[in-house]
Amino acid sequence: MSTRRPLPAWAEIAVLPLVNIALAFLTIGIIVRIIGVDPLHALKLLVVGAIGSSESIGYTLYYTTNFIFTGLAVAVAFHAGLFNIGGEGQAYIGGLGCGLAILALDRFLPAPLMIPVAILAAALFGAAWAAVPAWLQAWRGSHIVITTIMFNFLAAALMVYLMVNVLIAPGSMTPQSRNFAASGKLPSMHDTLAAIGIQVAPSALNLSIVLAVLCCIGVWVFLWHTPWGYALRTMGHNPEAAVYAGTNLRHMTVLAMCISGGLAGFVGVNELMGVHHRIVLDFPAGYGFAGIAVALMGRSHPVGIVLAALLFGALQQGGAELAFEIPTITREMVVVIQGLIILFSGALANMPRPWLQLFLSSPRSGEVPAQRAEGS
Amino acid sequence: MDDLLSLVFLTLAATLRVATPLVLCAMGGLFSEKSGIIDVGLEGKMLMAAFFAAATSAVTGSAWAGVAAAIIAAEVMALLHGFACITHRGNQVVSGIAINIIAAGLTVVWGTAWFNRGGQTPPLVGDQRLLPLLLPNAGDNILVYAALLSVPLTWWIVERTRFGLRLRAVGEMPLAVDTAGISVPWLRYRAVLLCGLFTGLAGAYLSIAQNAGFSRDMTAGQGFIALAAIIFGKWRPFPTFGACLIFGLLDAIAIRLQGVRVPGVGEVPVQLIQALPYLLTVFLLAGFIGRAVAPRAAGVPYEKEH
Repeated sequence: MSTRRPLPAWAEIAVLPLVNIALAFLTIGIIVRIIGVDPLHALKLLVVGAIGSSESIGYTLYYTTNFIFTGLAVAVAFHAGLFNIGGEGQAYIGGLGCGLAILALDRFLPAPLMIPVAILAAALFGAAWAAVPAWLQAWRGSHIVITTIMFNFLAAALMVYLMVNVLIAPGSMTPQSRNFAASGKLPSMHDTLAAIGIQVAPSALNLSIVLAVLCCIGVWVFLWHTPWGYALRTMGHNPEAAVYAGTNLRHMTVLAMCISGGLAGFVGVNELMGVHHRIVLDFPAGYGFAGIAVALMGRSHPVGIVLAALLFGALQQGGAELAFEIPTITREMVVVIQGLIILFSGALANMPRPWLQLFLSSPRSGEVPAQRAEGS
Repeated sequence: MDDLLSLVFLTLAATLRVATPLVLCAMGGLFSEKSGIIDVGLEGKMLMAAFFAAATSAVTGSAWAGVAAAIIAAEVMALLHGFACITHRGNQVVSGIAINIIAAGLTVVWGTAWFNRGGQTPPLVGDQRLLPLLLPNAGDNILVYAALLSVPLTWWIVERTRFGLRLRAVGEMPLAVDTAGISVPWLRYRAVLLCGLFTGLAGAYLSIAQNAGFSRDMTAGQGFIALAAIIFGKWRPFPTFGACLIFGLLDAIAIRLQGVRVPGVGEVPVQLIQALPYLLTVFLLAGFIGRAVAPRAAGVPYEKEH
């Protein structure tokens, strides 16, 4: 590879990811074809289902909110050179924290106090669940990938135990907590907009999306405009240089994972405080894993993550509508697309590179020495 | 006394039944990990194999056709993993996760499209399943024996053959293997293919031997328990087998203890026993109980010098 010219920056940022996505969609088209559905017809139904009405746009944005949280979570860890596969568990435990805070305090606190406290609790619980694997890697040398996988299962087991034995509402047949009082409910978007005179169709979209936007700005400021963010990215690029610059890698590992886990925990805010209004089982529903796809596709930058999250939100909502319209297609088609995007923009990200280099590298850039892979 | 004996026998049989897919899956994963290819996609390969075993068996009426289909399905996923990680030097964890997610989605998508039963395959009867061979009510079908046999076989291949020596070398120091004129990619591809073979058998066991058909997400984390068993067994076949048996026993106990009050302790939460494999692995990895050291080159793509 060392003889090849590097791709121009614009191709690296825009063309390569688009080619990867195109490959994923081409594959899904073939799969749809195999089960006997016209891919273009399916695509049309999907697009209409995702953005065809104000209700469907509301649901698309509601799903987008979750993807922004988990995408940012994975991205922050990526920048630190850490691979956080535990978004699923951190979202679960974050939701638990949010729910416990509300169950404990919703009778005493008014909404303006209750909501910030619950959001903080979600962040703290999610961060704590990520801090343990981080601590184990930093001080005990266990690999964070394996530990966070194990912590996903531990979170699921813990939640099932708590919901079945402790938090279940008296008299309830299904494992769910009592309903939150009014102060523990995050206002929905259609109610909020109606209050200022704008009428939109009711949907699950709630004010969590404002929190998601704030998180995007916060992550951008933190990573690129604070000394801690700089140290964190330095650690991700070159740990030895970071040590030389005076960064404590152990503390930075824990900090990065805490931020990551806290962001994942906000899925609980959107799901429990925004929609279910009680603690339920299985609400993370794969958002933690999808966050990996979002971060990979969005190149771990908040702007890219918002764009990728919008695409994933549209797929989630459009996929549901598509499954409703065509009985042979199920919602899991969206899961397949997510998996394919992880495959093509993650594991196979470099596959199209030689071809792109053939067409897009200008002869002049040959003067620049080709980048060497580290260690070679 | 007879009661106690039969209880012990039943628990042991149950342990072996639960441990069989773990053992097969772990032996497969061992080959891959020994060669330096991390495999968090055991779960996905097993799930895909389980689906194709049940689907093929339901359509053809032959359990053996099902086993063959399971192996082919798992090998296709294994080759995909190899293509991404060996040929294109992609991130092995990312590739494994992609395989898990694709398998979780695709089995339901195809299952619904082909059988119209909400992701399940039609129930299998008679020769469509692998039936118990010798003992009554013990569920000792041929794959249980295959699992038992796979352990010494894996040990022999890894520890006593030329291929095994090279396999261990490529997982520790691929540069040395390359310098000796042996192809690193070809060695690793063979390891990944062996992994596909064993995970294929594990999947077939789930859907056409232990159960009578495929249901969505039927692997339910067993691929990860197998991964935990490999770590627990410190990447060695017999200790890994032991870990699989312990995890299987825990599961058998968990089922037995459901709703039972243990004197002095009260009701033991089933979730705690089910979470124990994961908890123990975390403790082990953190060095609180012994130390597990992975093959040194695991997870590092090999880049040939030019």
